[in-house]
Amino acid sequence: MNLFNIIDEIEKFDPELNDRLNPRRAAIKNITSFGSKVAMAAVPFAMGTMLKKAYGAAAAPTVIEVLNYALTLEYLESSFYNTGAASAGLIPAAGASYINTVKDDENQHVAFLKSAITASGGTPVTSPKFDFTAGGGTGNGPFKGLFGNYNLFLKVALAFEDTGVRAYKGQAPNLLGNKDILTAALSIHAVEARHASAIRQLLGVSPWITSTATLGNDTGVTQVNGNYDGEQNVTQGGVNVTTLPGLSSSSTSVEVATAAFDEPLSMDQVLALLVGTFIYT
Amino acid sequence: MKTSEQESIGGANMARRSFLRYAGLGVASAGLLATAACHKDHKVIVGGGIDIGAKGDLAILNYAYALEQLEAAFYIQVITTPYSGMTSDERALLTSIRDHEILHREFFKAALGGNAIPALTTDFSTIDFTKKAAVLGAAKAFEDTGVKAYDGAGYLIKDAGYLTIAGKIVSVEARHAALISNILMAGSFAADDQVDSNGLNKSATIAEVLPIANTYLKTKVSASNYSYTA
Repeated sequence: MNLFNIIDEIEKFDPELNDRLNPRRAAIKNITSFGSKVAMAAVPFAMGTMLKKAYGAAAAPTVIEVLNYALTLEYLESSFYNTGAASAGLIPAAGASYINTVKDDENQHVAFLKSAITASGGTPVTSPKFDFTAGGGTGNGPFKGLFGNYNLFLKVALAFEDTGVRAYKGQAPNLLGNKDILTAALSIHAVEARHASAIRQLLGVSPWITSTATLGNDTGVTQVNGNYDGEQNVTQGGVNVTTLPGLSSSSTSVEVATAAFDEPLSMDQVLALLVGTFIYT
Repeated sequence: MKTSEQESIGGANMARRSFLRYAGLGVASAGLLATAACHKDHKVIVGGGIDIGAKGDLAILNYAYALEQLEAAFYIQVITTPYSGMTSDERALLTSIRDHEILHREFFKAALGGNAIPALTTDFSTIDFTKKAAVLGAAKAFEDTGVKAYDGAGYLIKDAGYLTIAGKIVSVEARHAALISNILMAGSFAADDQVDSNGLNKSATIAEVLPIANTYLKTKVSASNYSYTA
């Protein structure tokens, strides 16, 4: 199943799909216009989970759908680093080994996921189109010039890595008990977290996400606040972990509580953050 | 095979009450705590050691709790007796890691309540805490082993909520691991020793991880229902 072809198809019927998938843009408008503009009967073909959720119905994605979603994210990352590595003068010598390691891992993830999808009886999706400036295909988004600006490149890299960690984490329950696929997904998840830590070190920010009580994003890049929203959560399994004791204190700071636990994002949350900005059809 | 002493110090009701008291909660929390309190008999003494108990999520949570106890104790020692030449940056980072591991430990302790294995006694006599290379080498081993342990045990978890929490912790351990690796050797954050040719972090079984953990534990931890007895 190719999610992005499906988006294309639905956009023919529903020009507001992109807004619907991207609640930051037009949440209120969607609520008021949904009923009048779209009839479900006009959408007779099978839809991916993301779209089912966008239209208000819930269904867990299949393993193949999870893997194709992961593949799409890996296409994004591999294309990003391949472009960066091919941009003359972008990456200084001190960062070259870091970026090359990450690039190679992302390309290996693409190859691995394709083979895993095929081995599981599915068909790997093809790569959608990317606009790394987050301009939705205009090349003129907020990160314009990133392939000539190492610091900006690293900031976008970090948003992708931290979002990737959240995205894989969010899919773990959909792979519950699946020894091969869940273990592989968790293993990619850990590598994305290693990347995130390393990119953070290159940028000179904390290797772990250290949120405040009200702001998940600790990177200072306000354009990606949405990618970090929820990282400020301090409740784990019903327990407010700031109430747990530290070494010599009866409670734990928000700083430690948020840094010690990374938070997941659902498939539709991730796609809403990427489609229409970094990913376009 | 539970001792009367354990029963008296670790009864579910007592632990639950004490948790609720220090958590400042007036009502029982949903999620982990509520479920965990339904089971009482998951810790078994085997020849003076601890067994994580019958197959199931409580055993996996206790496995994680054992590893987090070990990590927390290690970093507490690292900061209590800093190695020669520890920079202020290194001290700050290692202190943060210590505090994350303490919170992981306290979280599992609270969540497991009366089902938690007891506090483990550690033995770090093989680590020279005065030497940077020895301390960071051990830190890398603990973090890398932690990541492999969570990744390798994930599929054994039956409850989606527990699995998500394990995922929330393992990525933080991976962030630690990458940092420590880079301090030891710049650029080694995802090196071949931990990441395979498919770009996947290596994973390890309970039976592979516990023998390593036990080299740093006086209280030996077994997982007889997962093919390992110390």
